[in-house]
Amino acid sequence: MADLSIDIRALVKRHGATLAVDHVSLQIRRGEFFSLLGPSGAGKTSLLRMLAGFETPDAGDILIDGQSMAGVPPNRRPVNLVFQSYALFPHMPVAENVAFGLEMKRVPRNEIAERVGSTLELVRLSDKRDRLPGQLSGGEQQRVALARALVNRPAVVLLDEPLAALDQQLRQQMQTELKTIQAQVGLTFVCVTHHQEEALALSDRLAVMQQGRVMQVGRPEDLYERPENLFVARFVGVSNEVVGTLADVQAGEGNLLPSDVSPSRGIRLSVPAGLQSGQQVVMTVRPERIRITPGHVADAGSNCLHGVVETMRYIGSEWQGVVRIGQSVRWTIHASNTASGSRPVGVGQPVSLEWNVGDGVVIPLT
Amino acid sequence: MRGQGIWLRGISGLGMAFLYLPIIVLVVFSFNASRLSATWQGFSWHWYGVLWHDEALLAAAVNSLWVAVLSTSLVVLLGVPAAMGLERLRGRGRQALDTIFLLPLVLPEVMMGVALLLFFVMIQWPLSLATVVVGHAAFNLPVVIVMVRARLQKLDPRLEEAAHDLGASAWQTFYRVTWPLVRPAVLGAALLAFTISLDDFIVTFFVAGPGATTLPLKVYSMIKSGLSPEINALSSVLVLSSMGLVGLSLAFQRR
Repeated sequence: MADLSIDIRALVKRHGATLAVDHVSLQIRRGEFFSLLGPSGAGKTSLLRMLAGFETPDAGDILIDGQSMAGVPPNRRPVNLVFQSYALFPHMPVAENVAFGLEMKRVPRNEIAERVGSTLELVRLSDKRDRLPGQLSGGEQQRVALARALVNRPAVVLLDEPLAALDQQLRQQMQTELKTIQAQVGLTFVCVTHHQEEALALSDRLAVMQQGRVMQVGRPEDLYERPENLFVARFVGVSNEVVGTLADVQAGEGNLLPSDVSPSRGIRLSVPAGLQSGQQVVMTVRPERIRITPGHVADAGSNCLHGVVETMRYIGSEWQGVVRIGQSVRWTIHASNTASGSRPVGVGQPVSLEWNVGDGVVIPLT
Repeated sequence: MRGQGIWLRGISGLGMAFLYLPIIVLVVFSFNASRLSATWQGFSWHWYGVLWHDEALLAAAVNSLWVAVLSTSLVVLLGVPAAMGLERLRGRGRQALDTIFLLPLVLPEVMMGVALLLFFVMIQWPLSLATVVVGHAAFNLPVVIVMVRARLQKLDPRLEEAAHDLGASAWQTFYRVTWPLVRPAVLGAALLAFTISLDDFIVTFFVAGPGATTLPLKVYSMIKSGLSPEINALSSVLVLSSMGLVGLSLAFQRR
C-alpha cells in the first residue's frame, strides 16, 4: 500500500510483569490525523515512545514509510515528537529552538532561516522569535513545540497529550488551530490523549486502547455510533444500557427480552449479522437520541421505557437528566434547550423515554 | 509578636557579631602602625608593604594558587561526568555509589589527612605539591558532585530526549543542551572548590612534602615564631579574596 505511513505489526512491550502493549497492530495512512485514545495505563504512551524510538519493543515491528525502525535510534528516525511538557530548550530563544533540528541535519544556513521564518509564521509567532521560552504563555510555548517538530517536515509528527497543560478555553482554540495546521502541512499526525472529546474533534481516525490492547479502530463517528464493545461504548461518550436476551431474530431485526427493566412492550432493535436468538446482549443508546415526555405514554410508535426523573440539571445548551427505569438501572438523557429555558419535566415526575429502533446498538456479552 | 521580633533580631545580631567581630578586628588591626598587635597606634599601610616584600610568604602564596588551580581542574574533570553518571543510574547501585561518593563530606578532616598520608606512603609516592593537589581533589570531589547534581535534578529529563528526537547525537545533546544548562552550577562549584583548597590546612599539613609549603601552613609556622601584624595583613587579604570567590560562586548558582 503506497499511502501507508505507519505499519505497526504485532507490537509487544512489557514493563516488568505487566504487558504495557499487547500485540498491537495498526495501519496509519499518510496525511492522516490519527489518535490513540485511552485511560492512563492503556499503553498509548508506551506505543508513542516506541514510535519515537525511546523505548524498544519486546516483539513485533514498526514500519515507517515501509522502512523497519528496529534498531534505529531516535535521532535517525523520520519522526518528531511534541512533548507533553513541551521540553523547549530554556536557554535558546524561540527561533533557535525551532532551528535546532535543521542545524543537527546540517541544512544550509539560508535555508534554515527561511524554513524557521515560514514555520513561525504558520504558528503565528513571528513577533516572538527572539523571546526565551520562559517569557511565553502556555499556548505560545505549545505552538513553539509544534513549530520545532513541523519545521523538519518529518514523515510523522507525534503528539503526547498536546493540549493537556492548557486551560479549557485555550484548549478549544488550539484544537481548531492544530487541525488547521495539520491540514495545511499535510503531514501524518499521531496524537496520544485521554480526552475523548478532543480525540473525536481532532482525528480522522482513532484507536481506543485499554490495558495494552486496541479495543476498536475507526472514524470518530464509527466509534460513537457503532461501538463494538462496552469499553468503547462507555469510554467514548455516555452509554445507556439494558441487559437482556435476543429473541425472534429475523432479517436483521429482533426483540430484546430485558432482564433488568420491564418495558410496557418488547424492545425492537436492529441485530448485526452473526447474532442469533438466545444470545445474551447489552443494548446501548446515546443520551441525545432519547426523547423524554411527561407521564407514562401508553402506546408509543417506537421503543419506550417508563421511569421517574431523579435529577435534572441545566447547562445552557441543554438539559441533562437522570431517569430511573428499573430497580438499579438509570439512564442519562440530554434534551436540547429549545423552549427558552423551561424545564422539560420536574424531579420526581413519571416520564416516558422513547428512541428509534436504529438508535439502539447491540453488543454481545461473551 | 512585636516582643518576639525584637528577641529574634537580638539573637541573630549576637550570632552575627560572634561570627564577624573577630574578622573585623583582624582587618582593622592589619592597618595598625604598632609593632604589637594588641594596642592601636594609628593607621598605616606598613604591614601590607612588609607582606609584599616577604619572599618566603609570596612563594607559599604561589604554591597555594597552583594547588588550588590544579586540584580544582581535576575535580571538575572528574566530578561533572561522575554527577551526570550518578544522575542517570537507577536502582540499588545508585544509592550505594551515592554514599560512597558523598562520604568524604562528613568524614573528619584529620582522618582524611591520615588516610591520605598512609596511602601515599603505601604506594611510595614521595610527598610533594603533587600529593597536596591529589589530597585536595579527594575532599573537593563530593562538593562538586553535590552541586552539579542539584542542578541536574532540576532539569527536565525530556530536554535531552527532545534534542535526541530532533536529530542530535549524544555528544551534540551534551554540547548544545545539557552543558549550557549546568555550566553555571559547574562554575559555582569550581569557585567553591578553589576557595576550600586555598584555605585548607589540616589535609595539607599531613600530605605536604618538604618545600611544599602552602599559605595556611606558612601562616601557622609564622605564628609559632611570634605574632607579627604582618599576619593580620595577610589574613585580611585571604579573608577578602575568599569572600569574593564565595560571593561569585553564589552569583553563578543563582543564574
